[in-house]
Amino acid sequence: MRHLLDTQTLSREDALRILDVAEDMADTQQREVKKLPTLRGKTVVNLFFEDSTRTRISFEAAAKRLSADVINFSAKGSSVSKGESLQDTAQTLQAMGADAVVIRHGASGAPRTLATSGWISAGVVNAGDGTHEHPTQALLDAFTIRKRRFRDDSRGRDLAGVKVTIVGDVLHSRVARSNVWLLSTLGASVTLVSPPTLVPQDMSGWPVEVLYDLDEAIAAGPDALMMLRIQLERMNAAYFPTEREYSRRWGLDARRLQGLGADSIVMHPGPMNRGLEISAEAADSPRSTVLEQVANGVSVRMAALYLLLAGAERTPAETTSTADAAAADGTAKENTR
Amino acid sequence: MSTRTVLHEADIARALTRISHEILESNKGPEGLVLLGIPTRGVTLAHRVGALVAEFGGAPIPVGSLDVTMYRDDLHRNPTRAPQPTQIPAGGIDGKVVVLVDDVLFSGRSIRAALDALQDIGRPAAVRLATLVDRGHRELPIRPDFVGKNLPSSRDERVNVRLAETDGVEEVTIES
Amino acid sequence: MSETLLFRGALVEGSTAADVLVEDGVIAAIGGGISRAGATEIDVDGLVLLPGLVDLHTHLREPGYEASETILTGSRAAAAGGYTAVFAMPNTSPVADTAGVVEQELALGEAAGFVTVQPIGAVTVGQKGERLAELGAMADSRARVRVFSDDGFCVWDPLIMRRALEYVKAFDGVIAQHAQDPRLTEGAQMNEGAVSAELGLAGWPAVAEESIIARDVLLAEHVGSRLHVCHLSTAGSVEIIRWAKRRGVNVTAEVTPHHLLLTDELVRDYDARFKVNPPLRRQEDVLAVREGLADGTIDIVATDHAPHPAEAKACEWHAAANGMVGLESALRVVQQSMLDTGLITWGDVARVMSREPARIGRLTGHGTPLTEGQPASLAFYDPSPRRTFTTDDLRGRSTNSPYLGRELPGDVRWTLHQGTVTVADGALLDTPGVRA
Repeated sequence: MRHLLDTQTLSREDALRILDVAEDMADTQQREVKKLPTLRGKTVVNLFFEDSTRTRISFEAAAKRLSADVINFSAKGSSVSKGESLQDTAQTLQAMGADAVVIRHGASGAPRTLATSGWISAGVVNAGDGTHEHPTQALLDAFTIRKRRFRDDSRGRDLAGVKVTIVGDVLHSRVARSNVWLLSTLGASVTLVSPPTLVPQDMSGWPVEVLYDLDEAIAAGPDALMMLRIQLERMNAAYFPTEREYSRRWGLDARRLQGLGADSIVMHPGPMNRGLEISAEAADSPRSTVLEQVANGVSVRMAALYLLLAGAERTPAETTSTADAAAADGTAKENTR
Repeated sequence: MSTRTVLHEADIARALTRISHEILESNKGPEGLVLLGIPTRGVTLAHRVGALVAEFGGAPIPVGSLDVTMYRDDLHRNPTRAPQPTQIPAGGIDGKVVVLVDDVLFSGRSIRAALDALQDIGRPAAVRLATLVDRGHRELPIRPDFVGKNLPSSRDERVNVRLAETDGVEEVTIES
Repeated sequence: MSETLLFRGALVEGSTAADVLVEDGVIAAIGGGISRAGATEIDVDGLVLLPGLVDLHTHLREPGYEASETILTGSRAAAAGGYTAVFAMPNTSPVADTAGVVEQELALGEAAGFVTVQPIGAVTVGQKGERLAELGAMADSRARVRVFSDDGFCVWDPLIMRRALEYVKAFDGVIAQHAQDPRLTEGAQMNEGAVSAELGLAGWPAVAEESIIARDVLLAEHVGSRLHVCHLSTAGSVEIIRWAKRRGVNVTAEVTPHHLLLTDELVRDYDARFKVNPPLRRQEDVLAVREGLADGTIDIVATDHAPHPAEAKACEWHAAANGMVGLESALRVVQQSMLDTGLITWGDVARVMSREPARIGRLTGHGTPLTEGQPASLAFYDPSPRRTFTTDDLRGRSTNSPYLGRELPGDVRWTLHQGTVTVADGALLDTPGVRA
């Protein structure tokens, strides 16, 4: 895997591999020494053009637990705020010897532009690009759903038959998009619930059902209810009239929480607007996976960095195929023992 | 290319029986023993040896697996490998005599990686190494404590171990 | 240059073979079996003869943005594409909203000498949409401006648009509208549709173009004025123009070559070479505008040649500028999308790429008939080759073409501007009229 840019083009096989390796990474966090030497000597750069302490720290923890060196670059107060282009920033990092670049950017497509530009040879991980995708978020969400459902028997399992409902501003949500593609790839069925102003005008290619009524969606018995953060700036662009109205119609309050099935979980990518899209009761209930999602985020990001960086340097033209297959079943191992 | 069978089913069984007795003898009994197999076939062998040691020694023996992928020193030379599970038995390894079990001992690098992995998991009282086949060509100062068969080989020959649980047959062959 | 040239064996507008004698800037004779002592004979057997192409919509960037293009480099790019006249849009710096700026542009075009550069005047001062610019002064100036546009921006205020439509009647002017409702397209990055939904790029809905066109044709009808619609891009817009023409509204419309060929699927890789305003649309829209051009609903092809420096395109999509260069590739793209598909003939090409643009722009001496005594502004075109379009095919200062790496048919072999050779045997001349 050379880059992790989106879940739309992530195969089922690659997705399951990331989730299964994340299981192993999670296990190491139970040991006395929580660190692995695997990426020793590699440099991971966190290239964050948008503020995000949580995601950045998660990637930093993941890299450090694999013994990689981490460099944090945030756009504020840097040369970028003085007008330096993405190209020049990237080439500076290349000159500093970055092996992987974890990029969060406000422009949809920026990670793809970075990965295909020829400016850098490092692997690129998309930590969120505009309103396009946030693949590691979707992966940690899928990991969380799988773990709650199958516990110690999670390895190798997909999410066939699992019903996931995502509620909120789908139009502007990279978390929603990444989840739609990944959950479908893993066999789950996805329902989106949103005010009509906050879904894209043409979703004809999306493998989802769209509802405007949250109560109707809850009555259908979702296994996982994922609440998205609503940004209040949207009120000023006339997407919905008031906070109050949004919260009443699309917020997960105590009554709706009661309406969920016994084993249903409540998810939120964070940060939460307590009292707006999610009530305190819902956020703090045993159904809530919010804190597990954060912990799982580190394991999933460890898996992503490992799969991107641990193997041989690959030229873009090289395909994975036989060499990987041999390594995976252990037969190639013999001769290097 | 020619293939020669060096151990047949009965030979393998005898070797494992002898190793099990040797483990018990050197440990003066079954107390404190933990067997950790190195995936993939080392785990199968660890379970077999564990059962035999339990039978001969009269006490159940904890058996688990220790994946060394994350500790290998040659990761950047090969395509990325998916790791296998590490299962440390309840009771851990602190203060125990850990016997690593593998199918073929060659350069010794897997065992070095296993020692590093053990160090991050806990502090055993001692670590021993049992291997079904020792084919020589060590690149590190590592020696096995219990060996099924010493098999002199040239570097470019391939030694293949097949076990019923994983491959449907029981044999050790050498291909040149 | 006063070299007498005798072109042998051209296919006049793709049909009858003829010889063409060019002398003293005019077509001295055209027909079979011409001979003239002292004339330089040029074999153009099998090449299609078209009247020199006229582009009603070009951005020459001078004054103010000479890093992207100048009137000289843009003129050269035009000649290379078979053009002999281009209308220069006013979104320069300073904006061409006064007689002084348009006369400057005219002079620079004359000095360059490759094509006739006809300035377009801004509709409003600074193209801000608030007050009418001195349209009369620009009309009376040496530049004789007849086409007015705030292109790049929509004349959104309906009252200003009404006044502009009325005012230019006094001098047979026309308002060329860039139809884009600014409120419906705030922050827009690409066509609003299935692709934008997946890519997470803010959408530019078709209705933002269509609603302005609908309003403007009704205004034009009400005040009895001419209206021209720039770069029409959607199926809905074609329907509105068709309806308006049936009602007798005096409206004309243009389509760009890229909207005849490319769709928003090309945006999937976030390659900013495909970022343009109005954006690339769906396949249904491409088919509808082709049909509209074929049946005359859309009157002309206009390139909207929009040069940009490399750093404005080699970046993330959001930060990239809108626009594509198109003068050198226009005829080849029209051949690919309209001729090779059997939708139009060469005679139609002469109409939509030369005669009608000149007529709408009230430009005399261009788009004239291919008959004796008429100005010798000609293009000889070879439709048979198929070559990959590369930066070697570009002659302007910028390289932001969406066709790089794509195979296109055809090749401009000779361009003559009022009898002066600008492209000779496939090569753009360094100095007009001077051949090695």
